[in-house]
Amino acid sequence: MENRNTNWLANLKYLLVGALFGIVFVKAEIVSWFRIQEMFRLQSFHMYGVIGSAVLVGMISVWLIKKFKVKTLNGEPITLQAKQFNKGQIYGGLLFGFGWAMTGACPGPLFAQIGTGATVIVVTLLSAIAGTWFYGLMKDKLPH
Amino acid sequence: MLDFIKEPWPWYIAGPLIGLTVPALLILGNKSFGISSSLRHICAACIPADINFFKYDWKKEVWNLFFVFGIFLGGIIAIQFLADPNPVQVNVKLVKELGEYRIANFNYLVPIDVMSWNSLLTLRGFLLMVVGGFLVGFGTRYAGGCTSGHAIMGLSNLQWPSLVATICFMVGGFVMANLLLPVILSL
Repeated sequence: MENRNTNWLANLKYLLVGALFGIVFVKAEIVSWFRIQEMFRLQSFHMYGVIGSAVLVGMISVWLIKKFKVKTLNGEPITLQAKQFNKGQIYGGLLFGFGWAMTGACPGPLFAQIGTGATVIVVTLLSAIAGTWFYGLMKDKLPH
Repeated sequence: MLDFIKEPWPWYIAGPLIGLTVPALLILGNKSFGISSSLRHICAACIPADINFFKYDWKKEVWNLFFVFGIFLGGIIAIQFLADPNPVQVNVKLVKELGEYRIANFNYLVPIDVMSWNSLLTLRGFLLMVVGGFLVGFGTRYAGGCTSGHAIMGLSNLQWPSLVATICFMVGGFVMANLLLPVILSL
């Protein structure tokens, strides 16, 4: 029981990071359908600036973590998993690209959009969960 | 100060903050940044249906569900306390194009002329929200990640499969926004 309580507490820090992240999402209008449309029409630099600078900061951070063998708060070594290539990254990537331009959202922004009061996006989220479930059902029959 | 926070944040503030999520999650608990996995965990927790892909101990990944619940709360906080009262400022070309499809309300993050409970059962509303959402869930899992897991975490860790995925996300988005969406929005 005690273990369970500490688990809850330990997970609250992720809730906090998520909340900060959600605030940035909304305040920088990354969760705006209109910003995504601008991005895919090359009408604004905004999203390219956001994603580009995020990747740059992420790259430098991961490089520093590896170089100085930074440990987690609990003192564990940080492990990073390599991504294995399969054709899913092409087929699935294209399909997700379609969905991204239609909904104006990747999975993260869906949660933020619902938070901002766009309650109908619950339907989009449920449909995304259904899509994930359908992938699980069909996984072995799909080309990878 | 609060006025400054309430204005839309520029990319050079938002991008680096998002990038810092990568080391924050690694240092807090050895977690790799990724959001679409949360959808898989929800399936595993609620509707596993004896499918192998959902037979794993999702409780070990519960941090990810806390994280996305946090994103939802962040959305509430941002709109309740830090909201900018002005409509989203978008490129005039986009305003003109969308006007042709009877999309004229720029006051919200989603275009309520096509994305609202009322438009859910219109053909174009259904396609955008229901079919679009399905493609987001199916495509991200098929690709093994989304913008966060591949484009940000994967590229940060110099993973070339993530670069392939990111390029395909963009190609798909360009094709949809420029070739297919005009047809859908005209419905």
